[in-house]
Amino acid sequence: MRLTGGEILLKCLQEEGVEVVFGYPGGAVLPIYDALYEGEIRHILTRHEQAAAHAADGYARATGRPGVCLATSGPGATNLVTGIATAYMDSSPVIAFTGQVPTSLIGRDAFQEADITGITMPITKHNFLVKDVKDLARVVKAAFHIATTGRPGPVLVDIPRDVSGAETEYEPVTEVKLPGYRPVYDPDPERIKQAAKLIATSERPVIVAGGGVIHSGATEELVRLAELIMAPVATTLMGIGGFPGNHPLSLGMLGMHGTRYANYAVSESDLLIAVGTRLDDRITGKIETFAPEAKVIHIDIDPAELGKNVRVDVPIVGDVKRALRALIEFLQKNPHPAWLEKIETWKREYPLTFEANGKLKPQFIVRQIWEVTEGKARIATEVGQNQMWAAQFYTFTRPRSFITSGGLGTMGFGFPAAIGVQVACPEEVVFDIAGDGSIQMNIQELATAVSYDLPVNVAILNNGFLGMVRQWQELFYQRRYSYTELYNPDFVKVAEAYGAEGIRVTKPEEVRPALEQAIASPKPVFLDFIIEREENVMPMVPPGESIGKMLG
Amino acid sequence: MRHTLSVLVENHPGVLARVANLFRRRGYNIESLAVGSTENPALSRMTIVVEGDDRVIEQVTRQLDKLIEVIKVENFTKEEHVNRELALIKVQADPPRRGEVIQIVDIFRAHIVDVSPETLIVEVTGDEGKVAAMIEALRPFGIKEMVRTGKLALLRGPRALTAE
Repeated sequence: MRLTGGEILLKCLQEEGVEVVFGYPGGAVLPIYDALYEGEIRHILTRHEQAAAHAADGYARATGRPGVCLATSGPGATNLVTGIATAYMDSSPVIAFTGQVPTSLIGRDAFQEADITGITMPITKHNFLVKDVKDLARVVKAAFHIATTGRPGPVLVDIPRDVSGAETEYEPVTEVKLPGYRPVYDPDPERIKQAAKLIATSERPVIVAGGGVIHSGATEELVRLAELIMAPVATTLMGIGGFPGNHPLSLGMLGMHGTRYANYAVSESDLLIAVGTRLDDRITGKIETFAPEAKVIHIDIDPAELGKNVRVDVPIVGDVKRALRALIEFLQKNPHPAWLEKIETWKREYPLTFEANGKLKPQFIVRQIWEVTEGKARIATEVGQNQMWAAQFYTFTRPRSFITSGGLGTMGFGFPAAIGVQVACPEEVVFDIAGDGSIQMNIQELATAVSYDLPVNVAILNNGFLGMVRQWQELFYQRRYSYTELYNPDFVKVAEAYGAEGIRVTKPEEVRPALEQAIASPKPVFLDFIIEREENVMPMVPPGESIGKMLG
Repeated sequence: MRHTLSVLVENHPGVLARVANLFRRRGYNIESLAVGSTENPALSRMTIVVEGDDRVIEQVTRQLDKLIEVIKVENFTKEEHVNRELALIKVQADPPRRGEVIQIVDIFRAHIVDVSPETLIVEVTGDEGKVAAMIEALRPFGIKEMVRTGKLALLRGPRALTAE
């Protein structure tokens, strides 16, 4: 069958099971868009390429399946960059297709030419420039394989216009040949035995669970391990939902804005079992005093993560699910009553809380969203205070229900990501918990949400500030609020102008009815919550401090 | 400590950029890098000399290994291996001192590969120490310009680094 490159691309996407592509057309992708015109793949037209990348990412995070985005050459491709970097930092399987100028013009600074494979080299798991239409099917196969196996991550495929326009005989590719790519899934049994030995003799174990638990689908195994050895479980921001937040052994989140009891438990532990996490600086605080008395078992599918940030006593390379299963085989019931009692005392003494003073508090709003949705919504967030309050006060009980930009910390991620989540989960209630700053970074996506009838609810925690930066200025820069106060549009009117619904909320008693109205509405809704302006996210580990030493 | 890494990569355009980019991005220092084809036309081999403690070298190795087009990375530093560098040195050799230069070249078993009225180009091959000594010996005569390959290395004995 003779097909154009564009048609071949769509055939390949179908073979990979892709149902939807998020994209934005342009000159260098005309042959691909021509194939989409009557094709069977759904295309969601965003209003900015960055949003297409985040939507594909949100789709991927909600489903575990690869998310696909498409943009033209030059500015289209560079607009994807933030989205690709976001996916890379959080190991999300996003596949980005970009148009490129015709091969004869590459390197000649042609109109809308950008070296996108060069630009994205450090923020993709791998990328390809396809110079011959005969290579296209093979490259697409390889791209999906790389993005979705081992440690997942974004892959970019750059397709010059003459390649997507050229015809060739299409034959499906079934085999991928990548001699340099052999992810290790099965853990070394010797290491598993060593880990089991450490666990058996430990008196104060703590499990730290990261995003790897979710990628690997290992929640069940993690719960079994925790219950077997009666070890409390703290999650990283990316690990939220990987262990049920309402489980008695849950410590909530650890790190900079973690719970006191999570940070105290890690600081006093004699054994840290780190599972699918890179133990980054937001988790460890001052690295020299991180878990100072603990031996460390570290399980990760990426060998380069073991020992990168924290010294490790037993490194285990492998898939988290398989490693936990193997480990459980070697373990026996092992309660630590004194240790758990100590943790319970901390939980009682230092609960996550906020001052209810009759004013509209962001923590109260998040808690209300949790109540109204019975903890079952898919929650995306922007970045900053909104993100931390969402992480702290919504109790997540299942994987893939908390969608946030953890590693890169991308403002403007949440709304388009929520759109991607809603596309993936049309029957579910989807929220973006936002700030008044972040929402304006991709506010144009209201048009996307309205035009595809995606009833995303955006809870804007509106304090008229870039709140997290303001908080740091308050605490560490003598309240010199340099450029953090925001002039904002009327978000209700903005929503209405786009054909969405807008609701303003100024009092605590209005929160619940407003949320109920938003969820019942078939339209996307902006909820403009006018919150207390200088509320801080607490507790907090000051920068460069040990995680056991918290403010607030 | 300096380590010698031998890296087998797919012979694709852009692989060198990926490797160089990795070193730049993560702040590792390349002391020298030599790339060329191998017995298998689908593969290239890079010999990279990098400075760092054991932890850094372990990170370098693992990060390199993560690159899709990198097939194998081996640290030769603690293995028995042969290593060679080649340098071309254009040295001032006016008639009165020319004989002296030629003598030194002979002592080092190096070669003269170009002759002009005022200069000679000396080709020297050897391990790093020998090349350095040659350069020092010629320096007093006046080195006009010089070029070096960076280190090449192979394991001694029958063992070989292959794609399998």
